[in-house]
Amino acid sequence: MSALSYETVARFAQQGGTLYFAAIFAVAVAYALWPRNGEVFRRAAMLPLEKDEDDNVQA
Amino acid sequence: MNHSITEPDRAPLDAILLYVFVGLAALGAIFATAFSDDRLFRFHGYLLIGAFTVAFALMTVALSSGRLHSAQERYADGVIRAGVIATMFWAVVGLLVGVVIAAQLAWPSIMYFPEHGWLNFGRLRPLHTSGVIFAFGGNALIATSFYVVQRTSKARLAGGAWPWFVFWGYQLFIVLAATGYLAGITQSREYAEPEWYVDLWLTIVWVAYLLVFLGTLWKRKEPHIYVANWFYLAFIVTIALLHVINNLAMPVGALHHRSYSLFAGVQDALTQWWYGHNAVGFFLTAGFLGMMYYFVPKRAERPVYSYRLSIVHFWSLIFIYIWAGPHHLHYTALPQWTQTLGMTFSIMLWMPSWGGMINGLMTLSGAWDKLRTDPVIRMMVVAIAFYGMSTFEGPLMSIRAVNSLSHYTDWTIGHVHSGALGWVGFISFGAIYCLVPWLWKKDRLYSNQLVEWHFWIATTGILLYICAMWVSGIMEGLMWREYTPQGFLANSFVETVAAKHVENVIRMVGGLMYLAGALIMSYNLWRTVRLPSPASAAATPAPALIPAE
Repeated sequence: MSALSYETVARFAQQGGTLYFAAIFAVAVAYALWPRNGEVFRRAAMLPLEKDEDDNVQA
Repeated sequence: MNHSITEPDRAPLDAILLYVFVGLAALGAIFATAFSDDRLFRFHGYLLIGAFTVAFALMTVALSSGRLHSAQERYADGVIRAGVIATMFWAVVGLLVGVVIAAQLAWPSIMYFPEHGWLNFGRLRPLHTSGVIFAFGGNALIATSFYVVQRTSKARLAGGAWPWFVFWGYQLFIVLAATGYLAGITQSREYAEPEWYVDLWLTIVWVAYLLVFLGTLWKRKEPHIYVANWFYLAFIVTIALLHVINNLAMPVGALHHRSYSLFAGVQDALTQWWYGHNAVGFFLTAGFLGMMYYFVPKRAERPVYSYRLSIVHFWSLIFIYIWAGPHHLHYTALPQWTQTLGMTFSIMLWMPSWGGMINGLMTLSGAWDKLRTDPVIRMMVVAIAFYGMSTFEGPLMSIRAVNSLSHYTDWTIGHVHSGALGWVGFISFGAIYCLVPWLWKKDRLYSNQLVEWHFWIATTGILLYICAMWVSGIMEGLMWREYTPQGFLANSFVETVAAKHVENVIRMVGGLMYLAGALIMSYNLWRTVRLPSPASAAATPAPALIPAE
């Protein structure tokens, strides 16, 4: 079947891959820069700084 | 097993399941060993019988005395303490074997023992690589991931007794792999040498690890999943995928150690280096970045420089790394465009790698004085600097023209060790220097002065190592491509090996210094654990212990 020749599959992998990759990157950057996520990220960044070396799980 | 149910205190379901699993595994090992006519397979069979029966006996005692209960209001730190001890033990073993094989390369006639086949370079070399990557690095990753996921999720590890299965199951995997290499059991795939039945065992352990990690995230009390956990999770999931696919193989017999890969030819090579490079990308990079994103802010007492950058770092790193493998196969039967793809993605990796490096380093902005006063944070900062340096060098070496000089030479070895000793080793040492006082409830390390000694000896060792390998690598690369005026190759291979003698000695000295640093650290940690606990620790209620009889 010529539809699944090496060239066809390779072209699909190359061009489809480029588009897929660009789309995923755009989504990740949009999520990271979305203004409304700023407060969540500010809070999250403080998580390691809590005094939690104790054994007890904090409420 | 009925006696455990008649106890007034019922054993938890997770412990009973583990108990049954270990019992069945012991039975399976006994039958497999009894019916196998393969000497090497039986050798591992006896090892498995020993491990499973001892585990079964210990669990019987623990279950009958009601010791396998997990108190949900406390963090599960015992398994992390065990992980820290295992990390340091395997660090010393793995580094020591590295020094031995470096000495074999430096003095091949003195360090060659033809009457002891198991001391041959070919058998010791995978013992060194697996020892430092999987035994030292793997234990450091499992222990720190268990610590970080609990603290940032505000939840005890899921699975009750199963985190202990992950710990001991992983040690068993290491022992099977290591003894197998010495006995000559190998499937000859780099960093994936263990044979099929050891691979199956690791798959079981790894799935348990994934479930414990996911289960802990599932019951978290903190709505946001901290970025370090994303890196750890990417490491766990991707290693599972890489391990299963690269090790697809058909055993010669159900009770025989030998197997043959399902792949052949260039597909085999590509699968192997898709695995091999992502072992670097996800085991040696993503996992340790998780470590960086927790322990550097914690130690510096300030939040990560940019949380937004850490998200872009994460997604771009994991999506780009997975494609970089083909740069190991320049000038091979692999299609040219696939080689170019691997090279292009490797160069693209400059961006996330340096973004991450900047994010880690800039976390110290406003606290740079700590570099002078706190040798632990200096160690982690130097680790990040080595991360930046080796992730600059790697893409450079992936460029086809550079690779034509660097490939198969010591330059590659130097590159790997600047990443492994500088980045992976130092970030793990930094994290463990942080963890030991926290886990054993001490207010400080035994000696900061000894950390200084560790830092300077090890750093000098790394520099000796990588500079020697740059010199010998570029030299041998140039010697390999040197032609006489008549058009013949100017040097025989053995001449290029002999030319590297001095560099090989310097490399061994560098490795020895790095090992000395790890020994100093082990002593310092041992003395830290032996320090008297501060008064505040006495305030936390001690768990009710059953007196020994």
